[in-house]
Amino acid sequence: MKKDTILLGIETSCDETAVAIVKNGREILANVVASQIDSHKRFGGVVPEIASRHHVEQITYVLEEARQQSNTVWEDIDGIAVTEGPGLVGALLVGVNAAKALAFAKQKPLIGVHHIAGHIYANRLEKEFEFPLLALIVSGGHTELVLMKSHGAYELIGETRDDAAGEAYDKVARMLQLPYPGGPQIDRLAELGEEAIDFPRAWLEQNSYDFSFSGLKSSVINTIHNAKQRGKELRKEDIAASFQASVIDVLTTKTVRAAKEFDVKQVIIAGGVAANRGLRSALEAEFAKTSIPLLIPPLNLCTDNAAMIAAAGTIAFEQGRRSGLELNARPSLLLK
Amino acid sequence: MNILAIDTSNQVMSVAIQQNEQIIGEINTNLAKNHSVRLMPAIDQLMKDIGLMPDQLEQIVVAKGPGSFTGVRIGLSTAKTMAWALNIPIVGISSLEVLAYQGRFFNGLICPFFDARRGMVYSSTYQWQGTIMEEIVPESNISMEDLLNKLKAYDKPVLFLSPDMHIHQEAIERIVGINAMIPEPTYHLPRASHLILASKDKPIDSTHTLTPNYLRLAEAEAKWLEQQREKQANE
Ligand SMILES: [Zn+2]
Repeated sequence: MKKDTILLGIETSCDETAVAIVKNGREILANVVASQIDSHKRFGGVVPEIASRHHVEQITYVLEEARQQSNTVWEDIDGIAVTEGPGLVGALLVGVNAAKALAFAKQKPLIGVHHIAGHIYANRLEKEFEFPLLALIVSGGHTELVLMKSHGAYELIGETRDDAAGEAYDKVARMLQLPYPGGPQIDRLAELGEEAIDFPRAWLEQNSYDFSFSGLKSSVINTIHNAKQRGKELRKEDIAASFQASVIDVLTTKTVRAAKEFDVKQVIIAGGVAANRGLRSALEAEFAKTSIPLLIPPLNLCTDNAAMIAAAGTIAFEQGRRSGLELNARPSLLLK
Repeated sequence: MNILAIDTSNQVMSVAIQQNEQIIGEINTNLAKNHSVRLMPAIDQLMKDIGLMPDQLEQIVVAKGPGSFTGVRIGLSTAKTMAWALNIPIVGISSLEVLAYQGRFFNGLICPFFDARRGMVYSSTYQWQGTIMEEIVPESNISMEDLLNKLKAYDKPVLFLSPDMHIHQEAIERIVGINAMIPEPTYHLPRASHLILASKDKPIDSTHTLTPNYLRLAEAEAKWLEQQREKQANE
């Protein structure tokens, strides 16, 4: 009988310090996330130096909490998985060095994991993968369409050429003077508003699966500005609804088209913006018209966590991939 | 007792191991190269050379800053996590204090410093009283001009120790004059073996609460506090 594989995962790429322990890439034994959102609120966004400071203060507490939650002993742990990139370099460095120290102290294999691979594998904690599958990753730092034909093999078929979707949300929220983080605020307002303004959709070239949100962002700025000059006040709810409609329209249309073109068996939504209710219901409605199952993980697995890193790391571990003690933080690591 | 010492807080990366009251190995580099990449392999190499397994370590000593924010965090993340995983005590030592040990046999004032850009330095001043190194001027993030004028007023010989000597040597000689002692380059580099020496009379830190000694707020935080002060002043 094959022994269970239990991995400890560490994630510190942005503003959450997270440690998790996962069995066979599917079963969460512990999942601890220390969020820093309150300390970045006053700055209106994540400040890299402050995020890094928090990580070094939190890391052993979070490790301790995860170990206690999991009821495991060190002998049970087969390896240490850690986000090596992409992300904020100073933030990543804390996790990477903690992981290396752990791997060395306990003489365990070390596995560097790509953050986006983690977001995708968050779904495997809920449901086993069926290939080929398509993943749409939407977060503050990412808007990507990834095709997977087998475990651990990632094919980037579309990505943003400028702002990530979550970034556009944050910028529009700031214009509307909504508190940080802006995404959920816009989602909330959008439910109350009407799609009264026809904001542009960036479809790009006919067959492209790439995204672009900077034109939309400028259009929102100009619309607000012009209305003000004419002494007209636009309803925030309507701006939010119209902006969100444009984002969702492009994300949904391209995802459905790619799912059909590549004849996938599953579509996975990953990343913090997957928590957006407007996006969820639009995708659910569109995929209900097809026979392709749509998977969206629960909120706590959409946002950054370490269970997803341990889950993705488990596949790499089983495929024999190991990192050396010279493993470094790689802020612009590509998904391969 | 097997003690591992780590300093990655500035350009020098230093790792040392003490066994039975003897330093039996030390690796030092003075290179502007990535500490994150080289620290764990250096520890691994040193341990292998000595024939020591990680679970035979009994204490960790780490330089906690001031210095490069990132460098300090690399050392602390590594040291804290190792201490936690091995369940052994950890002691954090000021990076200035460990550098001051290079002046162990100097009779006057000892002033270690690290450049902190725009004319600022992280510095403190010590003097040996028998076997105890006493802090004369507490650690601070101070302008070099102010620091030198303060030291000049003591009218005593001052030994200056710093890997960033080339940036400040002119000002030191100009302001402190003949009282300024500047030794050969060898003495300006901190050594992890001295961390172990410095840890002897220090209390054990709590692994969870040991934090970097930045001596400086994050820029965004400093600006934010400044804005709050202005707001209050205008109210
Ligand atoms: Zn993420």
